[in-house]
Amino acid sequence: MLDTVLQQLLIGLTNGMVFALVALGYTMVYGILEFINFAHGDVFMLSAFVALTLCGALGLTEQSSAGALIGGLLLCIAASSVFGGLLNLAIDRVVYKPLRKAPKLAPLVSAIGVSFILQNVGLFWGGMSMKVFGGGGQAAAPKAFPNLLPATNLLGATSHVTLQPKDVLVIGASLFVMVGLYGIVQFTKLGKAMRATAQDPSAARLMGIDVDQVVAATFLIGGALAGFASVIYSLYINTVHYQMGYQNGLYAFTAAVVGGIGNIPGAVLGGLLLGLVRAFSDQFIGAQWQPAVLFGILIVILVFRPAGLLGSTAREKV
Amino acid sequence: MALLELRDVRAKYGAIEALKGISLTVEVGEIVTLIGANGAGKTTTLTSISGLHKPSSGQVLFDGKDLTAVAPHDIVRLGLVHSPEGRRVFARMTVAENLEMGAYTRSDKLGIQADFERVYELFPVLRERKLQAAGTLSGGEQQMLAVGRAMMTKPRLLLLDEPSLGLAPLIVARIFAVIQTLNQQGVTILLVEQNARMALRIAHRAYVLETGEVTMAGPAAEVLADPRVQAAYLGEG
Repeated sequence: MLDTVLQQLLIGLTNGMVFALVALGYTMVYGILEFINFAHGDVFMLSAFVALTLCGALGLTEQSSAGALIGGLLLCIAASSVFGGLLNLAIDRVVYKPLRKAPKLAPLVSAIGVSFILQNVGLFWGGMSMKVFGGGGQAAAPKAFPNLLPATNLLGATSHVTLQPKDVLVIGASLFVMVGLYGIVQFTKLGKAMRATAQDPSAARLMGIDVDQVVAATFLIGGALAGFASVIYSLYINTVHYQMGYQNGLYAFTAAVVGGIGNIPGAVLGGLLLGLVRAFSDQFIGAQWQPAVLFGILIVILVFRPAGLLGSTAREKV
Repeated sequence: MALLELRDVRAKYGAIEALKGISLTVEVGEIVTLIGANGAGKTTTLTSISGLHKPSSGQVLFDGKDLTAVAPHDIVRLGLVHSPEGRRVFARMTVAENLEMGAYTRSDKLGIQADFERVYELFPVLRERKLQAAGTLSGGEQQMLAVGRAMMTKPRLLLLDEPSLGLAPLIVARIFAVIQTLNQQGVTILLVEQNARMALRIAHRAYVLETGEVTMAGPAAEVLADPRVQAAYLGEG
């Protein structure tokens, strides 16, 4: 029993870390623009395709040498992060920026539109013939992502709890990135400008902050986080699929809302909570009930804390 | 040449014309005040200068340079800062971080350090509370922070919108004393105030705004003594 609990704790934590990384992108953009970038999950998905394509181009498989695997892994992380950041930035420039002063529904519907377009790009990408794309000739089929890390149990072959190198990677790398992000937001000039802009864009302008630049940086960072998350998620799940951004994006968005949209620690907390609830619900209630249990709990949380767990409802002095 | 000159500035909100051709000047070293009723266009005059609400026509000349085509965040770099109505401090940032944001466009570390000291000397309470979130300060302290934050931009011209709004008389007196001190230290000030009496007492010159137009202008003492002004803005017959 204890083993099962520990195992689900681990699974929940790793999944939660990925949700948290994606949730950060939603929450950072919302914090500044009060806008939900519904295409964010699909930036995550396309970034995974970049990593998958790179693995194919480099000929990386489970049988490659350790050096090649580590090098390839780092390259995938770098390429997907850069791709995710730039794609997100480009989407903002082309689609959202012209709509900045439009009624709020206009950018929202456009974001949903971009999400569908990116899914079609993913479908097309998956249909291209490349030997690394497993899952048959179907464009829509999940593609196998090579297991770049050895599938050994770090706790020993006899342990009932499985802790693989990829679990350590997911948790360790995510923590590293989150601490880094916290440092940027809290202590750098850009981070402070981001916070100031989120709190009062007009006052930020009057202090000489170029708000457009801050918004661009926010999309770039959020997209890079999604790109980074896509690689570790693909390594963890070992498949890439053109609809992976839709579900994970929706979960991550929910995590951001439950944590308190616009609140960075809230996104992490919401992501971890979502991952853990999901893991325990799958184990003890049944995977088929996952969405109902998960969202039922989240609705209850929101009923009691409408602004989210760390969201503030307190009015500030004017 | 005047430090600031507005030439026939018009500004619109949709179809409503808030400024119907404002012309005014501010000379180096002056305190100039804009007085007038609510909705007369005082705040719009300031936002037209700082660029938050671009004029629909006319010129805003700062140091001879037309600001109407300059982005608000670049205007700060030219030495003109606008401390907006309602203080608008960054509530979830600390007092020190708010002041840091004032110095956002600057990179002279020593100068910034010196200006932190200067602000803390003007407003000792800000030093005591420097690690406190700005949103937890009292209204008067927030106004001091807003003025301090504006000073951190190292302005030659400070636009101040309603610094006395909602504050106790004692605090208002403190704020106005600081405005005079800053002016003596070389900062030119354009002051918008509901509290016309206080504003006219410290100002050198004044403009009276009515429904988007300048209806009277002159030395502050003369405006203060004008019977029409006394009747309309000073509550005396």
